[in-house]
Amino acid sequence: MIFLKTYLHKTASSAPLAVFRIGFGLMMFFGIVRFWSYGWIKKLYIDPQFHFTYYGFEWVRPLGDYTYLLFALCGVAALMVAVGYKYRIAILLFFLSFTYIELMDKTTYLNHYYFVSVLSFLMIFLPANRYYAVDCFAFAKAYKNIPKWTVDSIKLLICIVYFYAGLAKINADWLLRAMPLKIWLPSKYDLPLLGDLMQEPWIPYAMSWSGMLYDLSIPFLLLYRKTRWLGFVLVVVFHVLTRVLFPIGIFPWVMIVSCLIFFSPSVHDKLLQSLERLLRPIRALFYRRQVPFMENYRPSRSRFPIYIILVIFFSIQLLLPWRYALYPDELFWTEEGYRFSWRVMLMEKMGYTQYRIVDGETGESFIVDNTDFLTPFQEKQMSFQPDFILQYAHFLGDHFTSQGHAHVEVYVDAYVALNGRLSQPYIDKSVNLYTIKESFQHKDWILPFNDEIKGL
Amino acid sequence: MKKIAFLAFIVIALSSCTSEDASSTGNKETNFDRKAMMVNLADNIIIPAFEDLEVKLVQLNAARLEFTSNPNQANLEVMRGAWLEAYKTWQYVEMFNIGKAEEILYSFQMNIYPTNTTDIESNISSGSYDLTSANNNDAVGFPAVEYMMYGLATTDAGIVANYSTDANAASNIKYLEDLTNQMKALTSTVLNDWKSSYRATFVESTGNNATSAINMLVNDFIFYYEKGLRANKIGIPAGVFSNTALPDRVEGLYSKTNSKLLALESLQAVTNFFVGKAYGSGSNGLGYADYVDASTNVALSTMITDQLNTAGTRMGNLNNNLSQQVENDNSQMTMTYDDLQRAVILMKVDMLQVLNIAVDYVDADGD
Repeated sequence: MIFLKTYLHKTASSAPLAVFRIGFGLMMFFGIVRFWSYGWIKKLYIDPQFHFTYYGFEWVRPLGDYTYLLFALCGVAALMVAVGYKYRIAILLFFLSFTYIELMDKTTYLNHYYFVSVLSFLMIFLPANRYYAVDCFAFAKAYKNIPKWTVDSIKLLICIVYFYAGLAKINADWLLRAMPLKIWLPSKYDLPLLGDLMQEPWIPYAMSWSGMLYDLSIPFLLLYRKTRWLGFVLVVVFHVLTRVLFPIGIFPWVMIVSCLIFFSPSVHDKLLQSLERLLRPIRALFYRRQVPFMENYRPSRSRFPIYIILVIFFSIQLLLPWRYALYPDELFWTEEGYRFSWRVMLMEKMGYTQYRIVDGETGESFIVDNTDFLTPFQEKQMSFQPDFILQYAHFLGDHFTSQGHAHVEVYVDAYVALNGRLSQPYIDKSVNLYTIKESFQHKDWILPFNDEIKGL
Repeated sequence: MKKIAFLAFIVIALSSCTSEDASSTGNKETNFDRKAMMVNLADNIIIPAFEDLEVKLVQLNAARLEFTSNPNQANLEVMRGAWLEAYKTWQYVEMFNIGKAEEILYSFQMNIYPTNTTDIESNISSGSYDLTSANNNDAVGFPAVEYMMYGLATTDAGIVANYSTDANAASNIKYLEDLTNQMKALTSTVLNDWKSSYRATFVESTGNNATSAINMLVNDFIFYYEKGLRANKIGIPAGVFSNTALPDRVEGLYSKTNSKLLALESLQAVTNFFVGKAYGSGSNGLGYADYVDASTNVALSTMITDQLNTAGTRMGNLNNNLSQQVENDNSQMTMTYDDLQRAVILMKVDMLQVLNIAVDYVDADGD
């Protein structure tokens, strides 16, 4: 208890958090601009006539043409975070708009997006605008130091992400069969230089094992001063390599920039100095007043509610990835408890799912052409994820009922292949999915997996 | 790039513990000669099939000219024979919707069925039409020619009269001429493009990306199998996609006896292409079956060819007139469909997984 109390009173330089805020805000801004410029807003959120919503968040839907406005809002908020202008409102706005965007359609779910959401939530409670921020002018002061726990909380979140990603790799498919890297890496045969190397049989094994060891050890390498540079070099190498090998957008850069927070304040001071040199030409715009540099930032209000929120937040972060243990059958097969658990690149899964609409009275039936309702991307994601399959079954049931079809029953004939295994039947063909309600209960209409994947 | 390769090597070197326990269903890595496969596909399958089709369409045009110059029963029979030969050959090229064929929407102008008889009649009576227009896709090509040879009247004598004594004879002759000329011209355009330039691009385009020929071709192939063969020829007439059977949706509706023959040719074309068998001869070269074999230890390519053969056997037992088969005993049709469907799963799920080819062209980020 005494330890906790002294810890909470410890202070640390405010520079790392300021650098983190700037880096995060800029990255997110460019992420939004990139997303927009590729036409993905239209393609992923406006064009599809049907959206796969999250259980409990069915009300979160794209806003038609206003979806652009939502992205614009998110981008502006990111920029405001970067410059530290009205930071609290900006980061709250960013968290809400970004999370709303991610909740609109789970077809696009990525662990990286989830990371951005939880990170921006955490940042709502951190004093990231007390140094090197526009807000400092408004407050008429900047602070040299902020509570140490505020910087540590970001480090903790990053450590959880890496460590849990490492734990998830401790399974027989990843380590003993080198799957799915054994499928993915040889298919990069057209890469210059690396292409031929990727054909070597030992490469997927080496990459699987080193990937697992990397994820598990990186938190410790970054935390200890002596191994920090080694850790950071590994971070850069790993993420650049994944960028070269896989289509993962801006997130390698997000992780690299995020990991800067582990460095000592002097490194961040140097970074800020370089930034200042960079900004010199426009300096007159914002350096009209000198801001007094105060020693320690002490919030006026009680911190207690924030402590409670963060304890709950981190408890959820630590526990949520283990929820899969509450479900029977193979996690990779049913995907019950798969998302929001830092399970990254663990599966090569493909499916083929056909829907049969049956008239319950006459027995007449027909098969649905999925391309009538889903984009290729949605159909691909739907074909091997049971919650998608169920939701779409209800959509089809409702659609054909409203079209005047009577006694509509919806049956699914699905085949799924996982990590190089031959495809096998996925869904119980005899179950009318239109009568099944979504819930957190185990979906017993998923057929059992014909194999076992040992491990966590 | 050199730096990256070097740094990658360091990461790899860091891990000393690799496992020797290669599981039976795993992939195996070999440097499969993709270019050699593309050369075989282009030189021994695709281009020869187009060349043969061009020859058959020249013969069809000659027979058409003979018939319209001397409209009689014998010449009608000759033209029908030439049409059928060309239509059978067509089954070997429809899947190659790539390069010029894709650009000019070749297959949409060659084989959209059921053909729209109303459009055909109104084209003939108006005398002014643009056969290349998308609106006329269902009024041109093999199905339209078939209608002109089989469907204009209920008897052969009536059809001959349509080109001789009928008031519309001149317009009918003109339309038939335009149809067959266009088919020949389109085919020559595609073939010449293959020969003059596309072949060179094609055989070199072996990268693993959305626009490489090696990936687009396998996607075209599977799309054709799933849509052009499985759905159009069998599934739709059998009523798989509708509440009731649709016997008037078969290919070769007006000639009545050719629908099964055309479907069998199509299945043969698919099988030959998959294993890399040369067009018109028995010799085998590199095909996607070999590519699959080089990518996995599972006997997947054999499973696929076995399944195609099973479907072929089942299809062979159907009535020559699939329309009749639907009317008499549709369960035989749906069983054939089910057999064809099993191969879809093997190709679309299992094959694409081991080849790690994107079945769609989604360019969103991954995890």
